[in-house]
Amino acid sequence: MSDFTADNGPAKGDAKSSLFHETTRTKRRNAAEARFKAYGIAAIATGLFFLVALLVAILGNGLPAFKQTFVTIPVELTEAKLDKNGNRNPEDLAKVSTFGYKPVVTDALVAALKAESIEIPFAKEKDVEDILSASVAAQVRDTVLANPELIGETVDFRLLASSRVDGYFKGRVTREALARDKNLDAEHLDIADAMVAAGLMKTTFNADFIFGADASESRPEQAGIGVSMVGSLFMMIVVLALALPIGVAASIYLEEFAPQNKWTDLIEVNISNLAAVPSIVFGILGLAVFIQIAHLPQSAPLVGGLVLTLMTLPTIIISTRASLKAVPPSIRDAALGVGASKMQSVFHHVLPLAMPGILTGTIIGLAQALGETAPLLLIGMVGFIASNMPDGIASGFIDPNSAMPAQIYEWAKRADPAYYERAWGGIIILLVFLMTMNIIAVLLRRRFERRW
Amino acid sequence: MNDMRIVRKDVDMNDTKISAKKVQVFYGDTHAIKDVDVEIKDKTVTAFIGPSGCGKSTFLRCLNRMNDTIDICRVEGNILLDGEDIYDKRVDPVQLRAKVGMVFQRPNPFPKSIYDNIAYGPRIHGLAKNKADLDEIVEKALRRGAIWDEVKDRLDAPGTGLSGGQQQRLCIARAVATEPEVLLMDEPCSALDPIATLQVEELIDELRENFSVVIVTHSMQQAARVSQKTAFFHLGNLVEYGDTEQIFTNPQDERTESYITGRIG
Repeated sequence: MSDFTADNGPAKGDAKSSLFHETTRTKRRNAAEARFKAYGIAAIATGLFFLVALLVAILGNGLPAFKQTFVTIPVELTEAKLDKNGNRNPEDLAKVSTFGYKPVVTDALVAALKAESIEIPFAKEKDVEDILSASVAAQVRDTVLANPELIGETVDFRLLASSRVDGYFKGRVTREALARDKNLDAEHLDIADAMVAAGLMKTTFNADFIFGADASESRPEQAGIGVSMVGSLFMMIVVLALALPIGVAASIYLEEFAPQNKWTDLIEVNISNLAAVPSIVFGILGLAVFIQIAHLPQSAPLVGGLVLTLMTLPTIIISTRASLKAVPPSIRDAALGVGASKMQSVFHHVLPLAMPGILTGTIIGLAQALGETAPLLLIGMVGFIASNMPDGIASGFIDPNSAMPAQIYEWAKRADPAYYERAWGGIIILLVFLMTMNIIAVLLRRRFERRW
Repeated sequence: MNDMRIVRKDVDMNDTKISAKKVQVFYGDTHAIKDVDVEIKDKTVTAFIGPSGCGKSTFLRCLNRMNDTIDICRVEGNILLDGEDIYDKRVDPVQLRAKVGMVFQRPNPFPKSIYDNIAYGPRIHGLAKNKADLDEIVEKALRRGAIWDEVKDRLDAPGTGLSGGQQQRLCIARAVATEPEVLLMDEPCSALDPIATLQVEELIDELRENFSVVIVTHSMQQAARVSQKTAFFHLGNLVEYGDTEQIFTNPQDERTESYITGRIG
């Protein structure tokens, strides 16, 4: 009040004070408001700038990972080399290793180049095979073992080019850099350019990056994130199956039934504390309890899921309790007033109303768990799985597997820059998953809230 | 034999439904209700009046043990419903609340359909054997709640979509659907406009035929209009209890007179 009169002193003295003139005090207030708005806008602009920078970096670095350079050539599957006995006996066929197939593929490449009259400037024609990925012999062999009737025929194969050739077309590898590289010579690139011109080589979308398995350090062109995606999926199933019921049951008990005393206070404080515990601590806890004491298998999605459950529980409990608290007490009164028991009032009325909040919290907790890396490293969820789905290793909850963030971390660690590109590509896939989950959370909330 | 039963029933009707003796209520260290003795008659509307914070709502909530949900609340003394102590260890408050229904200050329908609002109580108490039974119960309750004609065409519409007065009558219908013996109403009209208030008051008068109604109200005019018995509370004490007419025309206590003439409260 005293402020008011003091500041308004001049205006008060001025008998003709007009509404059209701002007093000094109003001016100052308006200026302060304008300044505050400017701060806010600046803060948001900064945030947006970094978001855009992040997106540009991720997309710029990661999108090339979704494309791959392929060589399409006819391969003559000579019976003399692949099936000496000529009886198509699967056991005999399996005895021919990738070393037996390698010359077949190399010969096919040389023949294809000659057919297009592309010059091979090497002392040994065989050296041209470095254009192809080290995986091609295995690819041809797998095809032949699956279809023995192809032996003796000439079949068109779509073979991976080596990562250096692929990198050359993506701008990652330069001729100058190859001077210091023993894997490939500049002449190979000349041949590659000629092959592109002849239509033998093409850089196209590569679904194997999304659905395939990891590959060894020397074959980045073959590596995919698919198997670790399955590992992540198994873990999410474990987390959802454990964390949701346990978390919701704990929250309902604490919020609706538990007496208010020192013990429940202590539990509440500690749940909040658990939410702030670094995830690597949960990892070492999981290592000690689940692997060293309970002797569960290492690298298994089951163990990863258990550890992530521990991590996700506090998030779910906190969000569930918040949404239970947000249900108006009048609803509980109404239910009790018509003679519902405590449990009936909770399960028939309070819980359905709290459901959107619980689901949102759960999905956000799951998304958090999906992106978690540190605890997985400690329990060895970085299994190297080179066989594609669905056979074998990525098949169950207790078989070794990897997870998406762990796979990305592994790739980022490897020396070959081609893996660096794949790490960014993996991040794009991970982000797509997280965004999808968040969108589902928003949609679920909207859908359920309409009923309220 | 037959005649005797009629006589007996007649006596019952004027009999005491709820009898409270030396009731004390504490909220932590606060002594909210002091030594309240009151006899609530069957098939009668009893009004609790008094200034804000005098304990009338607290006392009302003791009658169906709604105070149990408040951790720090402690009740002493005896409250007998048909001669049985409702605070006895053997009494399950859930069973008690089926007999003593309650309507709250603000209309609080469940965020479900009108039908489900009414059917919820009968469903959890197993009052209906089949769907037809339940339909009948719902219709009867809505008729008793004087809202049937307004909602009979839209029983599937959400209860929260009704107007305030309709919501409150829906809540009353919901309370009577479980066939309680006593109906407690905690300022049922305080959130309603005058027209809706009038409708609810008329309804309360009709409900007297079947139930013993206890109503807490801030409005003395309302108490005078709807009740046959009135209890005046002040600072946690029951100051005066008697026939409504007597309380409003010839109060025995100075404080009651001060309140009804508008000098306190």
